[in-house]
Amino acid sequence: MYEGKTYSNKQINDDLLSSLTKSSLVYWAIVGTLGLIVLVATVAVAFMINKGLGVTGLNRPVMWGFFITNFVFWIGISHAGVMLSAILRLSKAEWRRPATRAAEVLTIFSLMTAVLMPLIHSGRPWRLVYWVMFPYDFQRGIWMDIRSPLVWDPAAVNTYLTSSILFVFVALIPDIAIIRDRSSGIKKIVYSVLSLGWRGTTRQWKFQAIAGILLSALILPVFVSVHSIVSWDFGMAIAVKSWHSTIFAPYFVIGAVHSGVSGVVSVMILMRWLFGWQNYVRHEHIDALGRLLLVIAIAWFYFLLMEFMFGIYGQEGDELATRHMQLLEPPWMWFFIVFIITAFLFPVPMWLFRRVRRNLWLMLITTISVNIGMWLERLLIIVPGLARKQVFTGTWYTYAPSIIEITIIGGTFAMVLMLFLLFAKIFPLIPLFDIKEGQVLQDKIKVGKAEIPAVIREE
Amino acid sequence: MATQSILGLYENAEYAAEASESLENAGFSKEEFDFLTDTPYPEGALGERHHSHRLYVFPFIGALLGLSTALLLTIGTQISYPLITGGKPILSIPPMVIISYEGTMLGAILFTIIGIIFESRLGPNLKNRLYDPRISEGLIGLIVDCNESKIATAEQVMTQAGAIEIKRK
Repeated sequence: MYEGKTYSNKQINDDLLSSLTKSSLVYWAIVGTLGLIVLVATVAVAFMINKGLGVTGLNRPVMWGFFITNFVFWIGISHAGVMLSAILRLSKAEWRRPATRAAEVLTIFSLMTAVLMPLIHSGRPWRLVYWVMFPYDFQRGIWMDIRSPLVWDPAAVNTYLTSSILFVFVALIPDIAIIRDRSSGIKKIVYSVLSLGWRGTTRQWKFQAIAGILLSALILPVFVSVHSIVSWDFGMAIAVKSWHSTIFAPYFVIGAVHSGVSGVVSVMILMRWLFGWQNYVRHEHIDALGRLLLVIAIAWFYFLLMEFMFGIYGQEGDELATRHMQLLEPPWMWFFIVFIITAFLFPVPMWLFRRVRRNLWLMLITTISVNIGMWLERLLIIVPGLARKQVFTGTWYTYAPSIIEITIIGGTFAMVLMLFLLFAKIFPLIPLFDIKEGQVLQDKIKVGKAEIPAVIREE
Repeated sequence: MATQSILGLYENAEYAAEASESLENAGFSKEEFDFLTDTPYPEGALGERHHSHRLYVFPFIGALLGLSTALLLTIGTQISYPLITGGKPILSIPPMVIISYEGTMLGAILFTIIGIIFESRLGPNLKNRLYDPRISEGLIGLIVDCNESKIATAEQVMTQAGAIEIKRK
């Protein structure tokens, strides 16, 4: 149901391009602080590369720690974006309009951050060229081993990243044309080149509509494959039994959607607050996303239960030792309690109430809470699995992150937020043409004595 | 005879749609005029138009090229140094399927984008085309590309239909 006011096209341009033209002190203070955190994290990365991986808390048998946890987490966040945008476009959900661009942009920046994590984790990032691009040895022609999931991963992630960037670009063209028409000097030249001569002919609009549908349909299968392949990084590992669950791929995908959609809700609320878009990001949108989250969270919880049930049912030594560590050994048991409360027990019952779904503060708190939980979930899969991967207790060990790892992880969060905010300075975060189309299609129908807001839907 | 362009600006879609009807009544074909808007209007709102295209061919070509490249990469890299690991065949089908799937999808998406840009007739050549930046602020543009001899008629019809301004090139 449409609950907003109707504005002229000029007013919509003024409002939604305000993020490009007006700069508040709060905005620059936030960007500056985030930039500083990113700088500190960059120094930490440089220090780690110089000194070697010994400055991290990684040690046998736990050779994957915070970095890989963070990789899986950011891949998960990236799933919100295009999935949400594609499904809502395909189903022609009217409330998609203010959410799609923010979701897609969040996808791009979180994917870029995710890609950085294995590179940093390798300790020798320049070896990437051997990993995915060139043979180890040109003369003998030793290429990467395509039988390894660690090669499937970059193939899938790079496909998803390229597709997402192009998907966002195509949908941006009409909005870039508006910025072109409003700018002058060097800005006009840059935006003119980027707008590819867009004039808004009936043919161009027709293909813009087809592009939305066709690209959505093509990106959805890629989206499913990406997190499935990320789960196979674990599932295909021979030595770690607790990662051998057959439901890992769908469990990872639905978990990614759970944290990703929560991430989109968080940034939409922050966008509304920072840029004053009260009439565009409305309570009805957050309410609809809250309902969607409710379904996703319950589906994800079902997979979580199944993963535990089948893990324990097998009564295998390594698996039981892993579950023991997750559920009964401190500090991992505390992490588990925090995880289950923040990812499910706290937010989901809250979302049952309409009053909560329409309270932006509560939605912000609950969605951030989900992502705290989902980050811990990945940590709880990775570290206890590796720490108890063999039945011999002599090889058991635990893991504690070093300050270098914590700094780098903090830097990635700052980086995604900073890039998101900087994007808002260059391109609009809400698609202008989509909002205008929504207004063209909205109407009021008189039913009895009531006048009900309605939306005309094209078939 | 040389073709000329003329652009009429209208305050709303109703006036623009009426102007297009008047142009048709005055003997202009649908191929001779088009609308420029900042909003995607529902199909038919500004008169029915049929745009023939071959967009759906692009993803198929892209998918085929992507699949071929992926197969070349997976087969070529493995047989260039045939080292048996874990007792598995040199050309192991399951991993080849995964890489080929990603290659196919990437090819399909890249070619779809090329197709959209091509079919939308996009390209950095706005300078040579008639346009008005006020269209971005909500005005509707009705552009006529016709023989020089018909331009005067077009201008008259468009003005009578309520154009607030007429621009010529």
